[in-house]
Amino acid sequence: MGKSVLTSPAIMIDVRDLHKSYGHTVALAGVSCSVNDAEIFGIIGPDGAGKTSLFRILASLLLPESGSALMNGVDVVKDYEKIRRMIGYMPGKFSLYQDLTVEENLYLFATVFNTTIEENYHLVKDIYQQIEPFKTRRAGRLSGGMKQKLALCCALIHKPEVLLLDEPTTGVDPVSRKEFWDMLRQLKKQGISILVSTAYMDEASLCDRIALIQKGRFLGIDTPQGIISSYRRSLWSLHAGNVRGLLKSIRSYPHVRSCFAFGESHHVAVEEGFSERDFQQYLSSKGYGQIHLEPISPTVEDFFLDMTIDN
Amino acid sequence: MNVIEVSELTKKFGSFTAVDHISFDVKEGEIFGFLGANGAGKTTAIQMLCGISNPTSGKGTVAGYDIFKENEQIKHNIGYMSQKFSLYEDLKVWENIRLFAGIYGMNDKEIKENTRRLLKQLDFESERDTMVASLPLGWKQKLAFSIAIFHTPKIVFLDEPTGGVDPAARRQFWEMILDAAYKGITVFVTTHYMDEAEYCDRVSIMVDGRIDALDTPHNLKQQSQAQNMDEVFRKLARKAKRIN
Repeated sequence: MGKSVLTSPAIMIDVRDLHKSYGHTVALAGVSCSVNDAEIFGIIGPDGAGKTSLFRILASLLLPESGSALMNGVDVVKDYEKIRRMIGYMPGKFSLYQDLTVEENLYLFATVFNTTIEENYHLVKDIYQQIEPFKTRRAGRLSGGMKQKLALCCALIHKPEVLLLDEPTTGVDPVSRKEFWDMLRQLKKQGISILVSTAYMDEASLCDRIALIQKGRFLGIDTPQGIISSYRRSLWSLHAGNVRGLLKSIRSYPHVRSCFAFGESHHVAVEEGFSERDFQQYLSSKGYGQIHLEPISPTVEDFFLDMTIDN
Repeated sequence: MNVIEVSELTKKFGSFTAVDHISFDVKEGEIFGFLGANGAGKTTAIQMLCGISNPTSGKGTVAGYDIFKENEQIKHNIGYMSQKFSLYEDLKVWENIRLFAGIYGMNDKEIKENTRRLLKQLDFESERDTMVASLPLGWKQKLAFSIAIFHTPKIVFLDEPTGGVDPAARRQFWEMILDAAYKGITVFVTTHYMDEAEYCDRVSIMVDGRIDALDTPHNLKQQSQAQNMDEVFRKLARKAKRIN
């Protein structure tokens, strides 16, 4: 019987059990996920976790050893020519023509895809206007922020169904990062599905759903809120200033599973049997004063730390 | 004692003023956070402090040496690492240590002893003969930092040392920084992670080539009526007029 179209969102990207190795180095150890139509799906993980291999496979630039990936039902290996028309790909490394101007790069990308800048200008307008004052400047001479905006325009100019953005915000300052995510939300409204990777854990909350990746495996796939609510431990914030030796003292307390600095406080993840009073007493006996301890809800970064600490 | 003293330091490229009359001091053993948006002028300022770019005007000393006349002495007395370049990938762990220590003029005996001590301290003895290319990024950065301070410089410059590093390794890296500062090495660090700004003794924020704020994280938050450094940064950087 037909499924209701209204209740289940259409799947745009369907990744099943992808494996990829380079010699002895395993880049992807079997990853599966599906990205819905007009969804912002984040792949969150550090350098070397396998993010770029996944993007290159989806962009039909790298062959997986096994597993499959479909985009709107089209196979990325068998039908790679179709795939290349469907996607807009922004690699992690700036890959436009450095010796062409801003304008020439955009024109080139439009022409290669058999379209014109005019036809799809509505898609890039908001972003392109920010770099238009420099349209006669060579791409190689743009600042980092402008390069990023031009690359996004070039990835969009043929009206792709899917945007693949590999670490678009690496090395970008917090203010420009926020602007970039605002642009992505606008594109989502236009119906474009966006797969985006990042090493910044705080960007997880800006995605509809996320997959956390480490060592070629997904540690969890869910909404950012869902990931946070699956955190199994109780978490405390401890405030005591930068007292030397404090971290070590906290870590050597029996019921403490982990303790990490989070800005001006420490996040302490504790095991069953932990008593706030005993812990306070322990710290006082070690000579630490003015301890402020309170229970807190975890962030995606706390979850990631908890999942990876045993490695 | 101040390890860095600069006054009205300026760098112009043609009609463009990349660094616009900045003045500040960095004290011995301090962790000094050097923040700013992309294009604010941080890299140009660091290049002048490291003695690899001549200022257009202004004056200053780094590690006690004049940044105009004594660039070579400055280079000998500082350490440097960045996210983009830190180690030679196709050399082994011990070869990288040997190479950098040699460049900084340490003798064979010192290098041998200190290499053994360092590898032990990092719990890296089993990786002595490993090619750097095959180390995980977090380890590479730890090793790179250790090498940057191997010749015990007065000050170490760290340019976005933790970009892309996983959350646990990023924190271990900062524990190493705090340790080095405790031992008296001055740390001059840039980062885009605002939680890391909280670990600094003092933080400066560059906007359009100028230093718009310089204080302890605590005071900066109070002055901007902000909850955290991320908010402080946003409030200040939003004033920028330069397009980047």
